[in-house]
Amino acid sequence: MINIKNFRKTFGSKLVHKDVSFYVREGECLGLVGGSGVGKSVILRSLIGLEKPDSGEIEIDGIQVHNLTEEEMVPLRQKVAYVFQGGALFDSMTVFENMAYPLREHFKLSDDEIQKKITDTLDELGLAGNEQNLPSQLSGGMQKRLGLARALMMNPKVILYDEPTAGLDPYNTKKIQDHILKLKKKGVTSILVTHDMPTALAVCDKMVYLLNGVVTSSVLTKDLYSNPNAEIMKFIEGDVA
Amino acid sequence: MSTYILGQWKKTYALFLFAGGIVNLSGQIIKETVRGKIYWKLLTEQIVIMGWKSLPLVIITALSTGMVMSLQYGLGLEKFGGKLYVPKLVAITILREMGPVFTALMIAARVGAGIASEIGSMTVTQQIDAIRALGTSPIKVIVIPRVLACLIALPLLVAVANLVGNAGGLYVGAAELKLDAHFYYQKVVTTVDFNDYLSGIFKTYFFALFITIPACYYGLSVKSGTKEVGQATTRAVVMSSILILVGDYFLSKLFWVLER
Repeated sequence: MINIKNFRKTFGSKLVHKDVSFYVREGECLGLVGGSGVGKSVILRSLIGLEKPDSGEIEIDGIQVHNLTEEEMVPLRQKVAYVFQGGALFDSMTVFENMAYPLREHFKLSDDEIQKKITDTLDELGLAGNEQNLPSQLSGGMQKRLGLARALMMNPKVILYDEPTAGLDPYNTKKIQDHILKLKKKGVTSILVTHDMPTALAVCDKMVYLLNGVVTSSVLTKDLYSNPNAEIMKFIEGDVA
Repeated sequence: MSTYILGQWKKTYALFLFAGGIVNLSGQIIKETVRGKIYWKLLTEQIVIMGWKSLPLVIITALSTGMVMSLQYGLGLEKFGGKLYVPKLVAITILREMGPVFTALMIAARVGAGIASEIGSMTVTQQIDAIRALGTSPIKVIVIPRVLACLIALPLLVAVANLVGNAGGLYVGAAELKLDAHFYYQKVVTTVDFNDYLSGIFKTYFFALFITIPACYYGLSVKSGTKEVGQATTRAVVMSSILILVGDYFLSKLFWVLER
């Protein structure tokens, strides 16, 4: 479903990724972990074409992403949703308008159909009744959930989560976790970038650990604790950055 | 010495980067305006923000310009017995130069700064990335409505500025220079022809582009941090002002050639 091969990325003179390769099967959830500044979000951004790799290949659902122009990305971006760390909500639009935006752009739905879809999704994420609020009137946890809700509007096959639980209280973290698991059950493929190890352990099938621009560990979550010498275990236990 | 050369090189590089960026952005604007849909709601909102909400500022600027010009011309020409030429001079100067240029400079300061800071903030908070990630184009959603709105609003604002500026001139002409108000009005009407008006309005379309395209470019060029948003805003206003003032000479010259 998702395949990254020999991914290399530099910013100016700074080499962020030397050679990163991993794959995610359909319906799987992969946890991308590593210290701050190792470039986890850069990989997510590259998957959806917000960054271009210097070299290497990115393939999603048989589409060679790295070769696409901005215009050619449009159909891919309807299938692959990105949940931004800070929500990236349009602050001049209400909650309803934020959610209606992708629907009005890509689908020919009536106002009633849009209203129903938005109400159902908001209800599912515990945000009902906030349709006319501005994002600034919501709490941090609600904004994160709204970011997820907006990403779900186009029924994506793949979801890329960038730190979806960062800075959240246990209640909101649990809500997001539950929703990721629910989507996984529906067959949605996902990549989760996080520092929140309990969430990663709860939702991911596989974990990839990035260090110094390369993948140093790639293990199934269920086998994690039977590999005590793996680099990722040192990261989880706080022995390395 | 080497620091000086390096500094000059950086400035030259930045200038080429700006020129390339502007050409690239202009190309995308043209391409997406021709092919894509127009966001009428966003366009209307921007016309209100740029046009209607700028009206008080434009009226104050035009009124004081007309009044000051009338007073200065009157005081200067009185010495040579040329006070009667004040209406003619004020009207033509306002219609051809002061109306369009001063209005454009005011809009560059108010609207250009607003565009650059708003887009810059959207970039920092990843809203521009979100527009792209949702399969849409920031050029279509953010840039084109602002460019089109300014192309519509600025000529209308200049038309108002021309009227108000001349009214200010007439008031000072009558009240301070003791010229007959009817005489002043008649002189303006008989002196000014359609070309004078067109010459000023023609420039405003270029000025609208000089304001919005650099503002959008600098806003979209912000990478991170509120400091960069501030820098982008300053650069947008400075660059728009320079383009308006320098461009005005060449546009005046062009219209002068066309009129001959």
